[in-house]
Amino acid sequence: MEARLFLLQRLSAALLAPLVLIHLGTILYAVRAGLDAEAILARTQASVFWALFYGLFVLAAAIHAPIGLRAVLREWLAWRGRSLDLAMGLFGLALALLGLRAVYAVVVP
Amino acid sequence: MQDQTGGPADTGQDGEFMAVRIWRGDAAGRYRTYRVPRLRNQTVLDVVTWVQRHLEPTLAYRFACRVGMCGSCAMTVNGRPRWTCRTHTAAVPGRASLEIGPLRNLPVIRDLVVDMTPFFEKWQRAQARFEGRLTRRDPPLPVRPESAARREADLAIECINCGVCHAACEVVAWDPAYVGPAALNRAWSLARDERHTGQAALRAAVGGDGGTFACHSHGACSEHCPVGLDPSRSIAGLKRWAARQGAGD
Repeated sequence: MEARLFLLQRLSAALLAPLVLIHLGTILYAVRAGLDAEAILARTQASVFWALFYGLFVLAAAIHAPIGLRAVLREWLAWRGRSLDLAMGLFGLALALLGLRAVYAVVVP
Repeated sequence: MQDQTGGPADTGQDGEFMAVRIWRGDAAGRYRTYRVPRLRNQTVLDVVTWVQRHLEPTLAYRFACRVGMCGSCAMTVNGRPRWTCRTHTAAVPGRASLEIGPLRNLPVIRDLVVDMTPFFEKWQRAQARFEGRLTRRDPPLPVRPESAARREADLAIECINCGVCHAACEVVAWDPAYVGPAALNRAWSLARDERHTGQAALRAAVGGDGGTFACHSHGACSEHCPVGLDPSRSIAGLKRWAARQGAGD
């Protein structure tokens, strides 16, 4: 399992690296004329591109973060075993649900 | 030993002395300070031996070859794990006050002697032991020295198990399950050895809990290895090897 988690974390990191850069670049670009929810929603609503972009972003983050947090908790709290794996699975699921819920809110009119 | 008598004729320039702090007792012990003659040509092991012969007959420490072959005299010298036989006092940073302690990350038995049992138990847990399929009556399997696998294994095989990398490793310090750089370096030499028949057990061990994926790539092992080996490189190789093999599970 460690080998698979190692690979998943690196693959999700490889996905997140360009996604985060585009995400930050888009924020800088979009707020040049001030932050306006209506203007942003006008661009994201019904946009297949942004739905796929942020959908992928959320899924990659939901895979990446629990694996890293699992390693941190194992080292700092010596928490190991199935309870930790279960907790991290739930954490990843929560990230995915909350994130996809947010994506849904900004792309579905 | 440069000094057999401890008399002024054997001491260094102008009969100079230095303050040497040496760990006494078990894990709950403390440093005690000794006044030791500074010699022109003197290793840290010479200093420890001088203290034992002249001041503190009960001082416990380990050494055997005194020439960097056996790996038994490793200690913590001014905060860094080193072979004391190959460390000249003149080369130790902050040498005005030498501080000599037992190796880190291993239980202290007494004074400068640590229990190496956990170190070698971790080698076993990493399955870092050779298994072949031939008997002594079979001819040896030919191994091409120029093959890529053999060249990678060759870079890792000169380890003499001194424990310096194990003492230098931060992950060993905070993660008791981690088998450590020495065991993983040995595991890598076996992973790249075509004669080794225990590859499946090796992969399960190094790819499991406390194995190669626990390494943070700090590089302290490679920084401190007295032989000049690069356990960080071996561990990176093991990560690729175990990940590639483990992905098919």
